Amino acid sequence: MTLSPQPDQHDPLMIAENWMNDGRNVAIATVVETWGSAPRPTGSHLVIDSEGNFEGSVSGGCVEGAVIAEAIDVIDSGKPRMLEFGVADETAWRVGLSCGGKIRVYLERLG
Amino acid sequence: MDPYVLKSLNAAKRAREAAVVVTDLEDGRDRLVRAGDHVAGELGEAIGKVLKSGKSGVAQAEGREFFLNVHVPPARMVIIGAVHISQTLAPMARMAGFDVTIIDPRTAFATPERFDGSDLRADWPEDVLKDRPLDYFTAVVAVTHDPKIDDYPLISALKTGCFYVGALGSRKTHGRRVERLKEAGLSEETIGRIAAPIGLPIGAASPAEIAVAVLAQVIEALRTRELPVRDAEGAAA
Repeated sequence: MTLSPQPDQHDPLMIAENWMNDGRNVAIATVVETWGSAPRPTGSHLVIDSEGNFEGSVSGGCVEGAVIAEAIDVIDSGKPRMLEFGVADETAWRVGLSCGGKIRVYLERLG
Repeated sequence: MDPYVLKSLNAAKRAREAAVVVTDLEDGRDRLVRAGDHVAGELGEAIGKVLKSGKSGVAQAEGREFFLNVHVPPARMVIIGAVHISQTLAPMARMAGFDVTIIDPRTAFATPERFDGSDLRADWPEDVLKDRPLDYFTAVVAVTHDPKIDDYPLISALKTGCFYVGALGSRKTHGRRVERLKEAGLSEETIGRIAAPIGLPIGAASPAEIAVAVLAQVIEALRTRELPVRDAEGAAA
């Protein structure tokens, strides 16, 4: 163990900066809105590299797979996307939030 | 996200400064606003609001949709007393995201062997807190039940408005403490902010169980209290 404050080691944005400095391509997903019972609060981050490695979370593991798949496209195109997950849409049928909530996730490339 | 925005944000976090990442959700452009920076108009007002509440969210301003992601400094925990409870409390609090410091002038207790990986200061609280003053985002947990060591940081925490102030001790010990703090000039209402007996009432018996009860109570205080208005220096008003 070291004396450095623990939060750094698990902070997705600190990890994203390290990845960027290592020359890896990175996408950042951010929870921008939640309705009903959502597992992660607004502002939570998931960071993904082009190999599909990831750190952080935007839900309790319910939709991360779908976000990671989209992230690869966003890293390629550089165009940000707004993703919505919830009980009411078609995506939810595949990767919906079992808790019954709804979330809006902004996915963008770093750089 | 602009790499420069990310680097500046991470630098602000390391310096324990509050900052907001402002993202225009239509064109994806973003910028970093630090606490105390002036931003004009509706957007400035919205930024002021998230800095005060500590809660991120979508805001409509100047006919556009923005996401305001506010980053406030991680809460700090200052533990007075390098005792058995602290040996469990310190690593657990670090795991939960707290920046932890343990202070105890008794060098027999404050040994690096007993506190591997912790920021441990074998000095009087008066001296340690001079270099790193308490602020709103700090929880003070006093567990020596020795007035010579506990009283100064308790009084200082109550005066600063730390978001949590807790003190270990039986009802009798705490009764005597209340008398001393009154003599020191604190009001009954202020003294009433001390969590005593310390920890949530879960029937904790062992030092490790007491540590769980204390950490849970600190988290409860952190998540249920409103943030104070902060000035340009980031100090609580």
